[in-house]
Amino acid sequence: MTDPTHHLLELRGVTKRFGKVTVATDLDLVVSAGETLGIVGPNGAGKTSLFAMISGDLHPDSGAVLFAGRDITGVSAHRRARLGLGRTYQVPRPFEKMTVFENVLVAATTGAGTRGQAAATLAGETLDRTGMYDVANRVAGSLTLLQRKRLELARALATRPRLVLLDEVAGGLTDPEVAELVTLVRSLHDTGIAVVWIEHVVHALTATVDRLACLAGGRVVADGLPADVLADPTVRELYLGQAVATDEDVA
Amino acid sequence: MSTTRETAPRVSGGFRVRRDSRLSRYGMLGLVAVCIGLAGLPYVVYESVTSSLVTLFVLIAMASMWNLLAGFGGMASIGQQAYVGIGGYTVIWAADQGINPFLGIAVAALFSAVLAVPTSLLAFRLRGDYFAVGTWVIAEVYRLLVIKSDSLGGPSGRALTGLSDMGLTARNAATYWAALVVAVVCVAAGYLLLRGRVGLSLTAVRDDEIAARAAGVDVTTAKRIVYLVSAAGCGAAGGVVVVDALSIQPTAIFSVQWSAYMIFIVVIGGIGYLEGPLLGAVVFFALQQYLADYGTWYLILLGVVAAASAVWMPRGLWGQVVHRTGLRLFPVGYRLDRTDQQ
Repeated sequence: MTDPTHHLLELRGVTKRFGKVTVATDLDLVVSAGETLGIVGPNGAGKTSLFAMISGDLHPDSGAVLFAGRDITGVSAHRRARLGLGRTYQVPRPFEKMTVFENVLVAATTGAGTRGQAAATLAGETLDRTGMYDVANRVAGSLTLLQRKRLELARALATRPRLVLLDEVAGGLTDPEVAELVTLVRSLHDTGIAVVWIEHVVHALTATVDRLACLAGGRVVADGLPADVLADPTVRELYLGQAVATDEDVA
Repeated sequence: MSTTRETAPRVSGGFRVRRDSRLSRYGMLGLVAVCIGLAGLPYVVYESVTSSLVTLFVLIAMASMWNLLAGFGGMASIGQQAYVGIGGYTVIWAADQGINPFLGIAVAALFSAVLAVPTSLLAFRLRGDYFAVGTWVIAEVYRLLVIKSDSLGGPSGRALTGLSDMGLTARNAATYWAALVVAVVCVAAGYLLLRGRVGLSLTAVRDDEIAARAAGVDVTTAKRIVYLVSAAGCGAAGGVVVVDALSIQPTAIFSVQWSAYMIFIVVIGGIGYLEGPLLGAVVFFALQQYLADYGTWYLILLGVVAAASAVWMPRGLWGQVVHRTGLRLFPVGYRLDRTDQQ
């Protein structure tokens, strides 16, 4: 797993600044094929910006992003999606006036490159997998928050990704809903899809991920087994100190 | 515009996709019947009726194109008069080369699309409000270029030659049919574009550009396709305007009022619905016919209708119809069913 040739995703010395605010400082991060990596960190640590630089919504000032052994630093977001980099957004962005099925069909045709019946089958199976088949023909704008989050995931999966970036999919959900999502994310792991998961609901992460990384001030301050990272004094001070106050489940 | 290929359920793999409902098939049949009826109109009504309908068809064509551009591509242009003007002048130029002006309308569509390529390279560097203003400026530049050209008649314009040997009745009928064909082709092109794979991407772009990109949609290419189609349609409409008027004047043909008409029609008809511009054009045309005598009050009333519609009916007239009845004349959606059900 440590062999660099097996890294599915690699960030090398990535730096990004917005004026005086630095969201990434010489940041290095690797994700192996099929691995599930959790990312924690206080608000403003640069987690979402990190995702934006991986998915291509944001371009780093310096450094490189490599995916499947290829430098994708200058590759546009839609090409990255076609290469197998799927993502969800923290605030779900459904195609509101399209049906759930059409939402997923967009990803199956443009992202995965399927046509006709193959596209319908891929989209249909993805809806089954994410538990969205029953609302397949509903307009996405009418969905509940949990359904929107599931749709985000379904759309990412329909691009046939090798890696999915999950941005706080558990945020705002009730405990039983979080448990449902955790089961779903675990099923991705079982099918060999690598996952990078940003989450404030730490117990959802620790129940799922192989590895945990903690981000603060645009740097990775801890990276390793979940238990080790959570026990790290820097992490406890930076992140858990705040989180314990707002999230009783952390302990 | 055959839909039989798509209507047959595609069975295999446990899922099947349906594109249209019985309701939309009847709607489509009705629409085809209306077109056939309209095509026969010059044989049964006075020329005054058909010649006023030319205006309606031109409005339908232009508004359909603006709806594609703004309603699906998210490009709220106020510079589509650039292509109305280019199309108009192309017909004039084609007539000079001995090309029949009716054929010239097709040339106008083509040439407008060709000029839209470099124009889009420039305009696409702008976003939102800047895009809107930028397109207007580009249209003004085209107008000034034409005014500087002596062969195109300069600021006073030109008369259209090449139709003098046609009888008045025959010419009026031919103009009417040309306008009808342009309107039908514009609406049909929008429908076919949205029904295809590009349409799925475009509809996604309409709803959320960033999410569309993350799903793998090449947003810029999708937008460029729409921009070119929209330029071609407006060019053809401009060609019809010139054939109808038998003359051209740069300030009128490049007037921003064309864009104002398009926006008005699409907003009251329902932006982002293919049916919207049809309904909106009919309403606008009726207002124009009945209120034109009131001069300034007519314009004030148009403004009030547009503002009221934007505030209280943001989905437009067709949006209301869809909301209440679910009726779509142009089935561009996809419905998923299991093959083992029903």
